Amino acid sequence: MKLYEYEAKNILEKYGVGTPHGGLATNSSQAREVAQKLTMPVVVKAQVLVAGRGKAGGILFAQSADDAQKATEKLLNMRIKGIPVESVWIEEKIQVKKELYFGITTDRFNRCYVAIASSVGGVDIEEVASENPEKVVKTQINPQLGLKPFQTREIARKMGYAGTQISELAKVLERLYEAGMDNDAELIEMNPLVETVDGKFIAADARIIVDDNSLFRHQDYRKRLLEGGGDLSPQELDAMNNDLAYVRLEGDIGVIGNGAGLVMATLDAIQYYGGRPANFLDVGGGATSEKNVLAMKIVLSDPRVRVLFINIMGGITRCDEVAKGVLEAKQKIGVTKPMVIRLVGTNEEEGKRILTDVGIQVLDSMEEAAQRAVEIAGNGGN
Amino acid sequence: MGILIDKNTRAIVQNITGTQGSFHTRLMLEFGTKIVAGTAPGKGGRLVEGVPVYETVEEAKEKHQANASIIFVPAPYAADAAFEALENGLRTVVIITEHIPIKDAIEVMAYARQVGASIIGPNTPGIITPGACKLGIMPSHIFTPGSIGMASRSGTLTYEIAAALSKQQFGQSTCLGLGGDPITGLNFIDALRMFEKDQQTKAVVLIGEIGGNLEELAADYIVAEKYSKPVVAYVAGRSAPSGKRMGHAGAIVMGKAGTAESKIEAFGKAGVSVAEKPSDIPKLLGRVVNARI
Repeated sequence: MKLYEYEAKNILEKYGVGTPHGGLATNSSQAREVAQKLTMPVVVKAQVLVAGRGKAGGILFAQSADDAQKATEKLLNMRIKGIPVESVWIEEKIQVKKELYFGITTDRFNRCYVAIASSVGGVDIEEVASENPEKVVKTQINPQLGLKPFQTREIARKMGYAGTQISELAKVLERLYEAGMDNDAELIEMNPLVETVDGKFIAADARIIVDDNSLFRHQDYRKRLLEGGGDLSPQELDAMNNDLAYVRLEGDIGVIGNGAGLVMATLDAIQYYGGRPANFLDVGGGATSEKNVLAMKIVLSDPRVRVLFINIMGGITRCDEVAKGVLEAKQKIGVTKPMVIRLVGTNEEEGKRILTDVGIQVLDSMEEAAQRAVEIAGNGGN
Repeated sequence: MGILIDKNTRAIVQNITGTQGSFHTRLMLEFGTKIVAGTAPGKGGRLVEGVPVYETVEEAKEKHQANASIIFVPAPYAADAAFEALENGLRTVVIITEHIPIKDAIEVMAYARQVGASIIGPNTPGIITPGACKLGIMPSHIFTPGSIGMASRSGTLTYEIAAALSKQQFGQSTCLGLGGDPITGLNFIDALRMFEKDQQTKAVVLIGEIGGNLEELAADYIVAEKYSKPVVAYVAGRSAPSGKRMGHAGAIVMGKAGTAESKIEAFGKAGVSVAEKPSDIPKLLGRVVNARI
């Protein structure tokens, strides 16, 4: 779950990491009030959860409260990568001496958190890592020890600092780590972390992604996510509320399958045969007929879908049960769109009979079924 | 032979009284796995499928000389269950549970490494050595004893490919579900290392997916170690968009990192044949190894 910049900054402030003075506004008169309390010039930043907001025109500068109000009006009428801007964060512009990067994320291979620091900030860290790997310092964090002061001092030294600035930067890094751990962040970063002209360190931008699997420990985040306070489509939200994994894609073939890997392979097969999937939907293992009905409802609520492709590799799941579920769903929802079903596993003969009896195509191989779904979509769903 | 488990494996089922725990205890017993005891806090003294239930792992282990565990404990308590197994000397621990927080998984893996235990999962279908032992939830009828070793980040895709292999007379030595989470106990390199030593295994199938760089690191390992057995791979998620989590917690492309293209390219450079579609795996294996039964 992605947090907004203002939420991330509020968390950092709470942990003692400096951020520019600022405030949140959801309308232009509020923006004026916020700006009046700040020292000019200010930066007005659209609060959206997509990357590349700056390039898309989502960050404006203002010299007065009037300006800030106008900038806010402009931003609140904007969509950034399709997402409407619902709030802005207004903050004092800081006097930058140097921009740094500092973040903590997971290291899959070493099965630990890793601190990543760079003397080049304000740009994509992945790019810095591939073009100037010598400018990126990675420090593995032993989970039994945590990020130790000697490590943060070493990082500060490697980033080119000396004297009291070493301990000051080290403290910022320790606090960031603490904030990250307390919030179950799978990513927490300051990009840039700014060294100001008077030698202080301030997080000019901050990003936190909370581990979705930890939300049972963070009920406030969980509540907001399920209420739609994020970047999820209605289908994605509906799926999440029902413990289904759904991702909206750009095509016209609706896809349902059991198992994340199998559904991904199904999407790949559709693409291989020249088609375009409209979504990813994993019903999971041993899905009940109720869940299957719900999955079909969600996928078919998307008007772009021309054909529904269901791919079930029934292991322990019985195919006749799946077939009955599909039939029940078809009747309950009143499905009129064509369906292609691939069904193998225990009791597959019985399952196939149930479906072919009512005129639903059942195929044995995923590839064959994908090809068929692509054909139907190509014919406009007939 | 095979890896990690065999006929002498004596396993405890943690949360044996749950719906999944009791159902799969029955299927594992039917397969021939030695499930010697189960645990469920507050429910000691019962029998589940004829298996005695204890309050704690310590008690169950003492009475039944167990050496492995399979965990069906819900995510918020799963890490504690894993620590309990490790602390009591169990050295092969399968964590079936999905949705365990990353922070918990990291702590479990660090402790497992310290005591020298193998963790399979989390978010895995488990492990099966056809004809010998199954510690997992996979449908056993699609597996056949043989000489292909398999390691996979996806459950149903493992079934898909195992069924295709069995149909084409490629039996399997061991099929290992690594798990769909970003942090797992075993990875592709661990699997390759174990399959290298296993005399029964003649070739290895790796089933990867988007997210992270463990496939790329496995490719580097194959080159650096001059891996002696043929390796065939499939990578799911060629069509996955950046920034979206595709069902598994670990299946996500971040910016340009973790794409299927990068993994396929790395495997290609390491001399690993990569299948375009899952059904191509048996054909590719047929070209590199004579291992049909």
